[in-house]
Amino acid sequence: MANGRKIRILVAKPGLDGHDRGARVVARAFRDAGFEVIYTGCHQTPEQIVSTALQEDVDLIGLSILSGAHRYSFPRIMELLRENNAADIAVVGGGIFPLEDIPMLKECGIKEIFEPGAKLGDIIEWVGKNISAHGDAAPLSS
Amino acid sequence: MDIIQQIVAGDVRTIARVLRDIDDELPSSREVLQRLYPHTGKAHVIGFTGSPGVGKSSLVDQVATHYRKDSKTVGILAVDPTSPFTGGAILGDRIRMQRHFLDPGVFIRSLATRGQFGGLTRSTNDMVNVLDAAGKDVVLVETVGVGQDEVEVANSAHTTVLVMIPGMGDDIQAIKAGIMEIGNIFVVNKADREGSRKTVRELMNLIEIGVRRRNGEEWEPRIIETEAVKGRGIDKLYETIEQHKAYLLATGSQRWREAVEKRTRLQLLGVLKDLAFRAALERIEARGDSIDEMVRRIVDRQSDPYSVARQILEK
Repeated sequence: MANGRKIRILVAKPGLDGHDRGARVVARAFRDAGFEVIYTGCHQTPEQIVSTALQEDVDLIGLSILSGAHRYSFPRIMELLRENNAADIAVVGGGIFPLEDIPMLKECGIKEIFEPGAKLGDIIEWVGKNISAHGDAAPLSS
Repeated sequence: MDIIQQIVAGDVRTIARVLRDIDDELPSSREVLQRLYPHTGKAHVIGFTGSPGVGKSSLVDQVATHYRKDSKTVGILAVDPTSPFTGGAILGDRIRMQRHFLDPGVFIRSLATRGQFGGLTRSTNDMVNVLDAAGKDVVLVETVGVGQDEVEVANSAHTTVLVMIPGMGDDIQAIKAGIMEIGNIFVVNKADREGSRKTVRELMNLIEIGVRRRNGEEWEPRIIETEAVKGRGIDKLYETIEQHKAYLLATGSQRWREAVEKRTRLQLLGVLKDLAFRAALERIEARGDSIDEMVRRIVDRQSDPYSVARQILEK
């Protein structure tokens, strides 16, 4: 029996930092909230992340980064999504960011930034409010 | 461009969306599958099954690499479990397949079981058809980690690879019915571990007893030791998979056709079951009945599940 769209989320770690405890905790919380989570491990390039997001047809990409390379990798991911006609996939970030970088990240299209101390419940609630399975909203056509 | 043409041309976003429509059981996906069907039937479907943690994903990754060296295109469907409590899932098979992420000749899709038993998802066969129609030369299907009885993959794949590691169970496990009977190829992965030779010997005994030959099959299951992470033994595995394909396709034999008929029968029955079930639900709705009400009547002992089900189908 059809039970509607299932929300799919890619949790990814761009760049060279190998600390994925946070990403795993969030992935687990998404699982417990009933989402399907694709987790690809550490050391992903923006290109790998976007390619995975396209093949897996996710609604949301959650990027976890602690290395400080967000100023490169986040805008690059947004650019690649646009190039691939996939700007409908939402992107959020979590990790450690200098406060002054946050406006720049939002400007490039990152929907939300979750800093250290963000509560799992708040992240789940944000997803519930802001993300719908995109097959519902706009059927793919060209 | 028409959606069918887009799929056949290999458009990633269209393929990804159709796979999702199938998984989410959108009625529109049936029509797409129907129109795609004439484009299917070319891919060699290879199933990988075995217990959790034996190295299925790593082997799939390695075998995919060999097919790419051979200039063949590859589709991968990798299944992980859905939580029975929340409906959520962590799909992590891709972690082992990172080197293929940027290769346009490889399409990887992670699937969650969504309550289906048997090692695959309800959608797997249909998804294989989409990747087949999209021109993938081989489709590698990785089951969820299985136990003893999840044998569905053998009906979906042309070639089934059963993956084990040394030291899992004694020789009685090897003669039990179920999953040990479905392997065309047995892989003893992590062969650097203690007990690998013993596992191989036990498997040889199993094969000598002739589990498969009872079905009149001439293919003698092969046993291959591998260390997937180091790439050891993969050449031989790849060669053996190709030998099995050659065996199925041997001139004058009907083996490939038989394998395809087996797959097709399973799919037909699946679609029939699905349509019949939907039709029954529609009838219930059209009559203004409700499942809840039926359940209450049964619980109150005014009726029983058998009579209620028959009434729905008869009226």
